[in-house]
Amino acid sequence: MSRPTASTSSIEGEPLRPTASAAKAREPMNVLIVGVGGQGVIMVSKALASLAQSKGYQVKQSEVHGMAKRGGTVFSHVRFGPQVWSPTIPKGEADILVALEWAEGLRWLPFLKAETGIFICDTKRIVPPFACLNRRPGAPLRYSRETPAEVRAHVAEGYAIDATRMAEELGNERAANVVLIGALSTALEFSAADWEQALAQFVPKKTIAVNLDAFRLGRNWIEEERTAVDDAEAPLAHIPAPAAAPYNVRLEITPAWCKSCDICVKLCPERCLRLNQERIVELAQPEKCTGCRLCELLCPDFAIRVHLDAVAKEVAAMPGAKA
Amino acid sequence: MQAVPETAAPTQLRAKDVRPLTGNEAIARGAWEAGVRVAAAYPGTPSTEIMESLAGYPVEDVHAQWSTNEKVALDVAIGASFAGSRALASMKHVGLNVAADAFMSQAYIGANGGLVLAVCDDPGIHSSQNEQDTRIYGQFATVPVLEPSDAQEALDFTRLAFDLSEKFDTMVIVRGTTRLAHTRSPVVIGARTEYPSRGFLENPAKNVMIPAHARHRHAAVLEREAKLKQYLETAPVNRWETGDASFGVITAGTCYPYVREVLPGASVLKLGASWPLPEGLLRRYCESVERVFVVEELEPVIEKELRALGIKVEGKQFFPRAGEFSPEILRAGFERAGVLEPRAEGRGWALEPLARPPVLCAGCPHTSSFMAVRASGARVAGDIGCYTLACLDPLRGLDTTVAMGSSIGNAIGMSKAGDTKPVMATIGDSTFLHAGIPGLIDAVYNQANITVLLLDNHITAMTGGQEHPGTGKTLRGEEAPKVDYEALVRAIGVTWVRTVDSYDLAQTYQTLREAIAHRGVSVIISNRPCVLDPVKIKGPPLAIVNAQCNACQSCMNLGCPALTWGADTFEGRHKVKIDQSLCIGCTLCAQVCTVDCIKPAATLTQ
Ligand SMILES: Cc1ncc(C[n+]2csc(CCOP(=O)(O)OP(=O)(O)O)c2C)c(N)n1
Ligand code: SF4
Ligand code: SF4
Ligand code: SF4
Ligand code: SF4
Repeated sequence: MSRPTASTSSIEGEPLRPTASAAKAREPMNVLIVGVGGQGVIMVSKALASLAQSKGYQVKQSEVHGMAKRGGTVFSHVRFGPQVWSPTIPKGEADILVALEWAEGLRWLPFLKAETGIFICDTKRIVPPFACLNRRPGAPLRYSRETPAEVRAHVAEGYAIDATRMAEELGNERAANVVLIGALSTALEFSAADWEQALAQFVPKKTIAVNLDAFRLGRNWIEEERTAVDDAEAPLAHIPAPAAAPYNVRLEITPAWCKSCDICVKLCPERCLRLNQERIVELAQPEKCTGCRLCELLCPDFAIRVHLDAVAKEVAAMPGAKA
Repeated sequence: MQAVPETAAPTQLRAKDVRPLTGNEAIARGAWEAGVRVAAAYPGTPSTEIMESLAGYPVEDVHAQWSTNEKVALDVAIGASFAGSRALASMKHVGLNVAADAFMSQAYIGANGGLVLAVCDDPGIHSSQNEQDTRIYGQFATVPVLEPSDAQEALDFTRLAFDLSEKFDTMVIVRGTTRLAHTRSPVVIGARTEYPSRGFLENPAKNVMIPAHARHRHAAVLEREAKLKQYLETAPVNRWETGDASFGVITAGTCYPYVREVLPGASVLKLGASWPLPEGLLRRYCESVERVFVVEELEPVIEKELRALGIKVEGKQFFPRAGEFSPEILRAGFERAGVLEPRAEGRGWALEPLARPPVLCAGCPHTSSFMAVRASGARVAGDIGCYTLACLDPLRGLDTTVAMGSSIGNAIGMSKAGDTKPVMATIGDSTFLHAGIPGLIDAVYNQANITVLLLDNHITAMTGGQEHPGTGKTLRGEEAPKVDYEALVRAIGVTWVRTVDSYDLAQTYQTLREAIAHRGVSVIISNRPCVLDPVKIKGPPLAIVNAQCNACQSCMNLGCPALTWGADTFEGRHKVKIDQSLCIGCTLCAQVCTVDCIKPAATLTQ
């Protein structure tokens, strides 16, 4: 790549004349690695980038730090070839998408090359607190519902691999990212020996043996998967939505028992209660009340009762439930 | 300009001289090679790693330090430059606002020892409160701005910046962006050149900015600008690459690789210095092509300058003024401009992406602080740090966030304006030291009726765990004196001060109620270390007795990422389970569980 040699000696320049610009070089290889903070996305991309560089390629590895650590999404673009310009992979131009988490893999699918892109994804699900916020009875989990079979039907070449379980079986759940490196290695030109050498530099010394096992496991798995005739479904346990019943939520407030302590008002998750002018609790926004029972459970004086008429039977079935 | 081979393959370079470096590491390397002796910074994404990486070089070569804020950091660097040594200050874009007072005056004073300011912008607002464009500060102060386009240039330009600083008697800005800062690519490195100290230059007319001196200096600054422009007419930092004459692109910094990605053969004028601009070169370039496009992220700095010169250019009508650029955005712009053929839309599989915003860590000490804040019913002026995340569901614990240290001043204003709720400010330890102390003095002095919750998690957490004057460690990990917050707050004149352990929810609730009841300024210091930095804390995890859980979701109010829904339900709601690998055993969920069904995992045989 061209460089202005801006060292101490060249602070003075000659009159600026145009020079020939770069001819369109061969296309780089684009690998997008994604996951959730703490999963080891950056380690995977560093190992790949260092390997590509050792083979004499121009390499750019680009990620965004900052919020990532705190459970947010993490992604790293690795591009290598004789000439690499943009540090980021343009949408629709990733040759390989490696995902360490299921929903993150789905998020980045539009970046994959439609005709030839390879999708390698752990079926590990990390459900964020945001997906579990709806307290209404019958509310579903807000997590991706696509199955591996559906996804495979939409990509040129797709692998859903239970890498986390495979790593667990080796005795170290944290080696899941290396199982995926093993799978990735079969799609690139570098030899297994080169990979193993690169890996040894990037994993903690004590874990080299288990990580090399993880690498081989991922590599063998994908070789078998390629030749397998039957389309075995990788396990992806969906949390079923609870049966949506027509619950009739009703708050029964006994004003005489309310001593204006305010606890229910402050702790109602939907913030739908308030103290009225007599400083007695009232339901200010009935449409927001989910019937979660927190106010009933927290009121020291039993001034609030929550009625969920449709579920009386279930309550009776609770261990220790009397009434 | 010498013709440089366009595709020098990395193999041609001697392997031991090439290292994969991020833009930030390359800036640090460039400064070290340029003989920098004193360097100071306040952390801020995406600039933080510059100082962290500089601290990796021998202490005999360079004194590197965290400062309490960006203004102090710049003042330290200015002091070293006065003393005749090469000096660096680094910060994120908004940090320059904090340092702006010193920056604007130092622009008049110039530089004795080379004085370089590395400032990283955050187009796209990956991790900031705005996306202001630092180049405008360069223009405002008449200080040159170098804009590297990749890690190699980050190293080369930083070295050059020191030379220019001494040659032209000026501070020099090296402007990075998030993309430059955090992209790693192979860089040819060099050796360090030592520059013996130039010694203090006794010259009050230049160094003491009283009006009589400043008037002369302003004239000198304008003269300097003219000389810099003259220099940049021919300087090798600007590069002219020929191509098809039907159109040309003027660009700078991290936009350049995107331009090359989408227009490999086009004529390009790549400006290494985006301020000041060399008029003659720009005119000659614009005459060489039929249409001129300016491709620059954020503000139309170059475009406006060209228009002012009366040159017809196109730019912001095709390329957005907000957000980060990408090859896709440039391609779309050039398609609209009629320069590129529209491409067929890819057959994308439209899936609704899962919302996964950043969250407070499992066991984060801020969680319970904000549970208590929420229950206090106060109006809450927030500040900047991990705890800003408490503005989201389910905590929803703060009402405003403006800039570092604003919370206390904002709270004073709210209470003086007569907000009907009790008014509270919440501020992190690093932020308090950075810009919170003057606010607190103001509150005492003006007898405001507010409660300040100082969230002392013993670290600068949001930016990845940096030491600060309250942690007892320096940037290089050496022992240092430690700020005693309680003594500090009392010395200011606050009479009501309590320290609480935020893992004790009942104590935190109760203390907060008492603080609010106190008329005048009350300060609560919540004292619990961050669970991520400087050491990862992992205690024995808890588990839920599934049969007893009544799915009340009280624990889910914490927003702890270790808590998720299980498959079982009760009354139509999901029962909760704990991810043992994430749970650090803080016990907060057990403290809020309505039926006491959360127990140490080890005691349950499931
Ligand atoms: C002027 C300015 N400088 C730096 C930053 C970057 N920044 C954001 S939060 C933060 C530190 C917050 O630390 P602290 O107040 O201790 O809170 P914590 O993250 O530890 O909870 C920093 C340095 C910024 N946003 N603005
Ligand atoms: S049941 Fe009580 S706590 Fe729950 S949403 Fe309704 S009012 Fe609020
Ligand atoms: S890094 Fe520390 S302060 Fe930030 S969310 Fe995690 S535990 Fe809390
Ligand atoms: S004890 Fe509860 S709140 Fe604390 S980390 Fe574990 S699951 Fe989260
Ligand atoms: S607080 Fe207790 S009872 Fe309520 S959902 Fe959580 S674990 Fe279950």
